[in-house]
Amino acid sequence: MITVEHLSKRYGDVLAVDDLSFTIEDGHVYGFLGPNGAGKSTTLNIMTGCLAATSGEIKIDGHDIYEEEREAKKLIGYLPEIPPLYIDQTPREYLRFVAEAKKIAKDEIEDEIEKVIEETHIEDVADRLIKQLSKGYRQRVGIAQALLGNPSVIILDEPTVGLDPMQIIEIRELISELGRKHTVILSSHILSEIQAICEKVLIIYKGKLVAFDDIENLGKTMGANNVIEIMAETSADKATEIIDKVANITEVNVEDENSRYTSLSVNTDAVDPLVTCRGLFSAFASENVVLLKLNYVQTTLEDIFIELTTAESEAEAAMAEAEELDEDSDDKEEE
Amino acid sequence: MQAVLKHELALFYHSLTGYVFGAFLLVFTGLGALIYNINASVANFEYVLAFIQIVFIIIVPILTMRIIADEKRQRTDQLLYSLPISTTDIVIGKFLALMVVFIIPMVFISLYPLIFAMYGQVYLPTSYGSIVAFIFLGLALISIGMFISSLTESQGMAAGICVVAMLFNYYCETLADYVSATAISSLISIIVLMIIIGLIIRFMTKSDILGYGFMAITAIIAIVVYMVKSTALESLLPNVMKELSLFSRFTPFVNGIFDLTAIVYYLSVIAFFLFLTVQSLEKRRYNG
Repeated sequence: MITVEHLSKRYGDVLAVDDLSFTIEDGHVYGFLGPNGAGKSTTLNIMTGCLAATSGEIKIDGHDIYEEEREAKKLIGYLPEIPPLYIDQTPREYLRFVAEAKKIAKDEIEDEIEKVIEETHIEDVADRLIKQLSKGYRQRVGIAQALLGNPSVIILDEPTVGLDPMQIIEIRELISELGRKHTVILSSHILSEIQAICEKVLIIYKGKLVAFDDIENLGKTMGANNVIEIMAETSADKATEIIDKVANITEVNVEDENSRYTSLSVNTDAVDPLVTCRGLFSAFASENVVLLKLNYVQTTLEDIFIELTTAESEAEAAMAEAEELDEDSDDKEEE
Repeated sequence: MQAVLKHELALFYHSLTGYVFGAFLLVFTGLGALIYNINASVANFEYVLAFIQIVFIIIVPILTMRIIADEKRQRTDQLLYSLPISTTDIVIGKFLALMVVFIIPMVFISLYPLIFAMYGQVYLPTSYGSIVAFIFLGLALISIGMFISSLTESQGMAAGICVVAMLFNYYCETLADYVSATAISSLISIIVLMIIIGLIIRFMTKSDILGYGFMAITAIIAIVVYMVKSTALESLLPNVMKELSLFSRFTPFVNGIFDLTAIVYYLSVIAFFLFLTVQSLEKRRYNG
């Protein structure tokens, strides 16, 4: 279990991480999501002891990352954004160094290295120089390094950046496999990736935590404003008239109208949007209007993400404006 | 620490660095021995060491430029930080690796006096005394090189700065004779030095009070000393320069004196620069 409390990191005047607090439970795949420059890497670097925090506290299974450095670091395997490889060595030599540095018992080192080589499927390249390996394999060697010593938490910073589509799929499969045995924290700015692998997601934006929940729950809470797409064989006026009779409709937008059909999108605040779908169907049926399409659009992580981050920046803009107004009024008072 | 030591040694002998360093040192020793011991028929091996100490200017940068700078460039320092080993262990491990790479050719070099002794009268204590001092001198210079390597991401830059530092150290004693010995020049140089140190403190700690405060206080002290007793500052600058020279401390050994204070001095220099290297790595961890 990892607890992060009131973590802040300041680079000069820039606040990269702003009062971040969360708890990572054992045994899930966590997604760490945020746009570029949101403070993902900074947070992960601090959590692994590679960077000192300006303030705040991090505990890995109760061990403070600064006070009890050794104990805490033994529990974590970390793959930074750029895999830290000695390119003039072979993966086997490299893994041996990491294993020794992690103080794995001498008689277990061989087995441990073989185990991680097998787990990350790098048997074929284990004795070639790392500088001759492709990016996908280098990434695997990086992951193998993180797995040594069987740490309870594995932290991977953008593990699929710069890989080709096949390699991405392979690495994702590997991460899913790891998720069965370890707690995995994975950062990414690619939403589909998080959606594909992770069970829980933390969204950070400008150094602040804006959401932390199961992917499904996030969909539910954020989906308070669900969208239903309709295509009906009637005029726009008639269609809106019918829709107005249905309960829980908040907004109706006509997307397209022509001689044959009208396309609309309807927003609903119903707890279960499928009930609204049913209501719409009966309403149109009772008026004898043919529905060509009735589609409940499920909120994707992308929508949630955009909603959260724009809400956040709007709030900020509002704050800034309010401050400006304050200043203006102050100025006037002074006059 | 052991893991770092083994790993660094593997890297040295994987690449050519370890061999180039050894070859360089051995070639120059061979040349020195040829000139002094064979051609001039002098039995003192310590003269050879005095002759070859200038190669440190080249071989120390060759040896140390990669040691930390490359770690930063390849981002492998992140791995070191995330491993359960302390920064001190990393620095000591690396220094021990450098020491081993340096001592391996020195083992061959220490055979020379024995070989010469087979063919004539060689006073072995002075030869071996000088070899011991030569090793300590080398290690002190290596610790400086390692610290310089920790300051930059570029190996070339590290090597360049290191050559300048070595050259300055080598010619320090000679230069000292040309530096003005008057009290006022000492005062000015103290103030300039303190301003530089103050700026470094300001830069490292980002605290105006600490940086500028240090400058102001030390400058005032220097001026007060100058006002009260200006003779105290006379020839201070050249004396300090002479004291700083690591190479000049090797000369007594060549003359047959085993100068323990010099050995202690070398050891303190090593400890000081290892400490600075640890601080330099820790600073990087704090500032990212």
